[in-house]
Amino acid sequence: MKLSYALFLGCVVPAREPSYELSVRKVFRELGFNLVDLKGATCCAPIPVESLSFKTSLAIAAYNLCLAEEADLNLMTICNGCFQVLSRANMSLKKDEKLRTDVNDVLVEVGKEFKGARNVRDYLQVIYSDLGLEKIRGSVSKSLKGLKVATFYGCHILKPSSVLMFDDPERPHILDDLVDATGAKSVPYLHKMRCCGGLLRGISDDLARKLARDKLFSVSQAQVDCIVTVCPFCFLQLDLGQLEVSRRFNEPYKIPILHYPELLGLAMGMTPDELGLHTHRIPTEPMLNKIE
Amino acid sequence: MSEKEGVEVKIREPLRTSDLDRSFPEEVVKHPGGEKLYLCYQCGSCAGGCPVGKITDSYRPRQIIRMALLGLRDEVLSSDSIWLCASCYTCQERCPQGVDIADLMLAIRNMAADKGYAPKTLVEQASSLIENGRIVEISDLTERRRYTLGLPSVSPISVEAVKKIVAKTAFDKLLEKLRGK
Repeated sequence: MKLSYALFLGCVVPAREPSYELSVRKVFRELGFNLVDLKGATCCAPIPVESLSFKTSLAIAAYNLCLAEEADLNLMTICNGCFQVLSRANMSLKKDEKLRTDVNDVLVEVGKEFKGARNVRDYLQVIYSDLGLEKIRGSVSKSLKGLKVATFYGCHILKPSSVLMFDDPERPHILDDLVDATGAKSVPYLHKMRCCGGLLRGISDDLARKLARDKLFSVSQAQVDCIVTVCPFCFLQLDLGQLEVSRRFNEPYKIPILHYPELLGLAMGMTPDELGLHTHRIPTEPMLNKIE
Repeated sequence: MSEKEGVEVKIREPLRTSDLDRSFPEEVVKHPGGEKLYLCYQCGSCAGGCPVGKITDSYRPRQIIRMALLGLRDEVLSSDSIWLCASCYTCQERCPQGVDIADLMLAIRNMAADKGYAPKTLVEQASSLIENGRIVEISDLTERRRYTLGLPSVSPISVEAVKKIVAKTAFDKLLEKLRGK
């Protein structure tokens, strides 16, 4: 039987990173999942909203959780921000009756009621736990052997770990294992767990750039072929942001950035064109040539 | 302010107990995320692991917590510093006292926003949420690119639902106030 999930796209992915969405859809179909688009879903109301009104963020997150409950499906996120916000809302509302009453009091305005009947999972958890590494290895038709990869988890897939319970927050391994399963090799690099600075964009562009620059610098020291990301904010910071960092700091970085499903798609035999890799700002050809 | 070997040392005026508003920390602990404020014993693990603290002197979570505990209400809420947390949650994972530091910053930001303080960018992003149901808008260019890649067009958002929710939480009024500033 096909495993079904309600696909929660969020804001950034469909608007800015269509190739990521494309790879998720193609890879999951190929792996035998049935992803159902969640009709009427809104923005998850992440930290920019949470910073101004926790109550509003919680209510909007709960609204989206209700959509998954109505579809009778668990919800699958493909963005760290959505994963963190929706998981936290789901957990707090399931646990705290007073909070649930307050939020349902808001949701009644839109004819919804949070029941706490469904779970939120990130897509990495889905392929890691539902399928497992063996099956991922089995799906690889074109091994990426010889490719050296710097993995970058981002923050909100791991932390706060007491809520997300995804992996060890300081020494995670899931993404590294998944990269290794494609035949590529995840290599260590300095300050691997340090934040990309994405959320400081617009608040202090200077600090956001410096954090991205530090990340690119430490990765460049490890002589890898690409960085593999999970979160669309990290991707923006390192892909589009790389052009800006190179210009501002006069350090010409050319490190291809791939989302994990794009890497897995290549290993499953999909072509770069099929995966829309030409839409990335940093050309992926140098790493593609290596696996040709 | 004095100088020592080229390093600027900031010495602040002594605090007077009459300047301290003891009700401020009491209010902070009532906000989600602020509950464990009083457990902080100022060890500095938060500042030590902070990626932002490594590249600027302008953000020190321990300092903000101390100021909140002392009751420096206006100084904390009007400070630019509280908006420089990158929300990476490293401090929150490492705090030996279990203070939810990153969430505490969000709680303090909520209180600051109520007083009319918030960076313009956040207000714009939140306003976009109300107008379009999403923070990042879908442009015609995006739709064309999606079409070329063979992706379905983005399914419509129930903007009406978002508007009703924010009206009920009075978030629309808050944003109006913040935009007027």
